[in-house]
Amino acid sequence: MHEYSITQQIVKIAEEKAKSHGAVKIERISLVVGELSGFIGESIQMYFDILSKGTLAEGAILDITYIKPQLKCSKCSTYFYRKRFSFECPQCGGMGMPTQIGKEFYVKDIDIYVG
Amino acid sequence: MELQKVEIIQDIYSENEKIALSVKQKLNDKGIFVINVLGSPGSGKTSAITEIIKLLPNVKSYVIEGDLESDIDTQKMRAMGVETYQINTGGACHLDAPTVERALEKLSLSEKGILFIENIGNLVCTAEFVVGENIKMLICSVPEGSDKPYKYPIIFENADVIVLNKCDLKQYVDFDDKFFYDGINALNKKASVFEVCAKTGEGFDKLVEWINKVRLK
Repeated sequence: MHEYSITQQIVKIAEEKAKSHGAVKIERISLVVGELSGFIGESIQMYFDILSKGTLAEGAILDITYIKPQLKCSKCSTYFYRKRFSFECPQCGGMGMPTQIGKEFYVKDIDIYVG
Repeated sequence: MELQKVEIIQDIYSENEKIALSVKQKLNDKGIFVINVLGSPGSGKTSAITEIIKLLPNVKSYVIEGDLESDIDTQKMRAMGVETYQINTGGACHLDAPTVERALEKLSLSEKGILFIENIGNLVCTAEFVVGENIKMLICSVPEGSDKPYKYPIIFENADVIVLNKCDLKQYVDFDDKFFYDGINALNKKASVFEVCAKTGEGFDKLVEWINKVRLK
């Protein structure tokens, strides 16, 4: 739901890095988005098409990799995908603890044309 | 023209986090401890802040109120003699660090004490944006149901202290204590949990004892 301001950040981060490397154009921006972030790819794309106009990122391909959240079992250390309303480990029934997997939201890298 | 790949690995929230850190530093340097008060609309955020302040009569308290509209909560605080500033976001569903940074200019911040930042009533977005706090205090309430940790895991996970309010209503709603505490236990072993009733003040002495322990260490 904050796709507009988040997309502004994406364009800003990509452009700053591109400029510091003497880029004339950004060809591709790779994002890693954990599903717990709640961000919707189509919305990001829609705002990106608008916000990138006139910047080095105009026309760039947005490449989004989604990460499904995983818990880690406190008993047997298995990583697993949780079922709704439960934190139970499918292997041993122990309690799963949250991990950082599924919470990511970062700009991974950009492909740029250097003049 | 040559095509190059440039690694970035920069978090989307990094800008907000940078400003939040600077806000926290500025306030801590003045001896002001910052509490980000989170919770659903109607969970009892304002009431909880009121009860805490009542039990700390010798500590200077500042409040920043965040709401979409109105200054109802600010009026309540000012009636108690608390220096309060109201932020009306119009539509934004959470406070962020730049917004709080601007609000600080309207407070004297002349004495050391505690700043309560009452965030927008929202269990979703407020979990994602730091505002310069030392701790996150999550106010949840019995009528909201015992399944909230399962439905809103991020905010329960990020809370430093969880306050279960309106405990006097347990007998009137089907609140499953075990389900609730199992959920918190899975998500957040480090958070302290306090059961309170803001209407009567019950349970706040223990919460205030915990706050003093944390802010004075």
